[in-house]
Amino acid sequence: MESPVAGNGSGEELLVVEDVKKYFPITRGIIFQREVASVQAVDGVSLSIKQGETLGIVGESGCGKSTLARCIVRLLDTTAGRITFEGRDITKLSRAAMRPIRRQMTMIFQDPYASLNPRKRVGFIVAEPLEVHKLGTPAEVKTRVQELLEVVGLNPEHYNRFPHEFSGGQRQRIGVARALAVNPKLIVCDEPVSALDVSVQAQILNLLKDLQDQFDLTYVFIAHDLNVVRHISDRVMVMYLGKVAEIASRDALYKEPKHPYTGALLSAVPIANPKLGREREPIVLEGDVPSPVNPPSACRFHPRCPRFVEGHCDVEEPPLYPFGGDGHVAACHYPLERWPMAANEMRRAEKAASPEEALPA
Amino acid sequence: MALLEVKDLRTSFHTDDGVVKAVDGVSFSIEKGETLGIVGESGCGKSVTCLTIMGLNPKRNTTSSGQVLWKGKELLGAKPRELREIRGDEMSMIFQDPMTSLNPVHSIGKQLVEAVQLHRDVTKKVARARALELLKAVGIPRAENRFDDYPHQFSGGMRQRVMIAMALVNDPDLLIADEPTTALDVTTQAQILNLMKRLQQEFGSAILMITHDLGVIAETADDVVVMYAAKVVEQAKVDDLFSRPQHPYTWGLMGSLPRLEADVERLTQIPGQPPSLLRPPSGCRFHPRCPYVMDVCKTKEPLLAPTHHDPDHRQACHLDEETKEREAAKLLAATMAEAG
Repeated sequence: MESPVAGNGSGEELLVVEDVKKYFPITRGIIFQREVASVQAVDGVSLSIKQGETLGIVGESGCGKSTLARCIVRLLDTTAGRITFEGRDITKLSRAAMRPIRRQMTMIFQDPYASLNPRKRVGFIVAEPLEVHKLGTPAEVKTRVQELLEVVGLNPEHYNRFPHEFSGGQRQRIGVARALAVNPKLIVCDEPVSALDVSVQAQILNLLKDLQDQFDLTYVFIAHDLNVVRHISDRVMVMYLGKVAEIASRDALYKEPKHPYTGALLSAVPIANPKLGREREPIVLEGDVPSPVNPPSACRFHPRCPRFVEGHCDVEEPPLYPFGGDGHVAACHYPLERWPMAANEMRRAEKAASPEEALPA
Repeated sequence: MALLEVKDLRTSFHTDDGVVKAVDGVSFSIEKGETLGIVGESGCGKSVTCLTIMGLNPKRNTTSSGQVLWKGKELLGAKPRELREIRGDEMSMIFQDPMTSLNPVHSIGKQLVEAVQLHRDVTKKVARARALELLKAVGIPRAENRFDDYPHQFSGGMRQRVMIAMALVNDPDLLIADEPTTALDVTTQAQILNLMKRLQQEFGSAILMITHDLGVIAETADDVVVMYAAKVVEQAKVDDLFSRPQHPYTWGLMGSLPRLEADVERLTQIPGQPPSLLRPPSGCRFHPRCPYVMDVCKTKEPLLAPTHHDPDHRQACHLDEETKEREAAKLLAATMAEAG
């Protein structure tokens, strides 16, 4: 399948993901396990990222964004589809063949309290990737680690401390230093600031931006906070229940969203401005995200969609329709004509979904 | 008379490392039907403030002083029996994480009925009817069928609705909500905030909303208290706070917030970390992180004083009025710049 999305960052295409699926089997039985169903965590996602670009991925919990991230760095094997990194298909590479590529793509995790080994010193934690890849003599490794600590804004003399001696923001800096250690091209950041306070969150976001400029890094930035994603991304992908709802450049997505789900997400974000906040009428979605074990037919958003059209949205799955030339695509038969839109304008004349139907099965 | 009046509240915990002053001289009051927001980062004492109001701090190592006047009646040092009569009846609380605050081995119906019967001498049947009514009011679909379900059978948003139903079951005059939407997704958060607003209009309860999210504060609160390191640094009506913030910490919070409605290339960050409350900084507690720090800040603690433009807007900072107005205007211009 041809990748439908052209990036608008500069440089070569670094990573191409084509129609990737990840299903987790649900099994029954003790000795003879048979598969009774599967969780369709990621179901046919395609995207591409250019060198030096930041792709933001947003969506609610359970939309498959973290699973997708883990598939990209091959912490999980995909069920179907292809992932190409620097022109090379890495989907089926063996562990040994994968090892040199792991130097090129690293990951920053969400919880800086859980992702650092509490019994190892910071120096060891940051040096570990260098030792795994056998980069440099012990003396060189030490110099490199101290340099890294300085780059991320920590005191290099804290080399011998343990993670518990650091605050949340400082721990996340250690996580960033570790991810940077092997000079990667791509860093997949899975909710790197969600566990942090606002003032510290700003420090880490600024640091990530500075590092990108300094080392020409490419980021896949996963977050549920639309404000944060807007701040850091060049392009943004919105996911819903394992599928792509919309991909667009940052400005296009936030100014002219086409998918009703994107619209609902944007209007649900509280605005830190009481006057602006009172003026708008937020679009409040009914119900919860359905279960990915038994997702709704055709368009997966249809049971909660204010623009749902019976006999179309629940029968025919919308492809990614293009909007404009710069790779803006959205999977919706009845895209938003304009933005912002009040809740009652968004509703179409046809029957709207009732909250009853929106309940998970 | 205010519904709840807190005067010079101080709470300290005695730990092996020393005394932690978690709340240090906090005063505010809430009128009937009003929403007061307390905003601040982790460890600033906002949760301890409401636990102290509710009398839920561990007895063993806690000392509290000051006054907590509930309808004119002193709650601090009240007998546990008296507090129990007020808690869950006149005053109730919604906690952050609905999974850990509901009992996993009892059905939600049973827990709701228990909450009713603790305070009302009614039969199980009446209590059940009341519980069902509330479940419907908070928007649980097919409430009759779900009455006997256990907490794990509900999603996060639905569980938080159950928590709200339980808090409202006895028509409280004050609802204390400690980060009620922090664990939820944005769309669910919007549902819960809408629900709380609607129920407030319907039942006329006052709400004490505790959060770290300035967006949630802007959308829900009438009055706002900004806390930093166990102290109140600024206190104002919500519109005034957002249009004329007067304290460098408030500026820092607003500047470090990435926004949907404005393009900011680089966030203004507050350098450093919040201080340890075991050994708080001398003078103004914000001075080690403050970009406007002067010599006086290091030695003399600024008092919470009314500003010139509005006696209801109070702030604790040594900076002169002129600089504050200038910096506040600068900040607003930067963050309000319309996208594009």
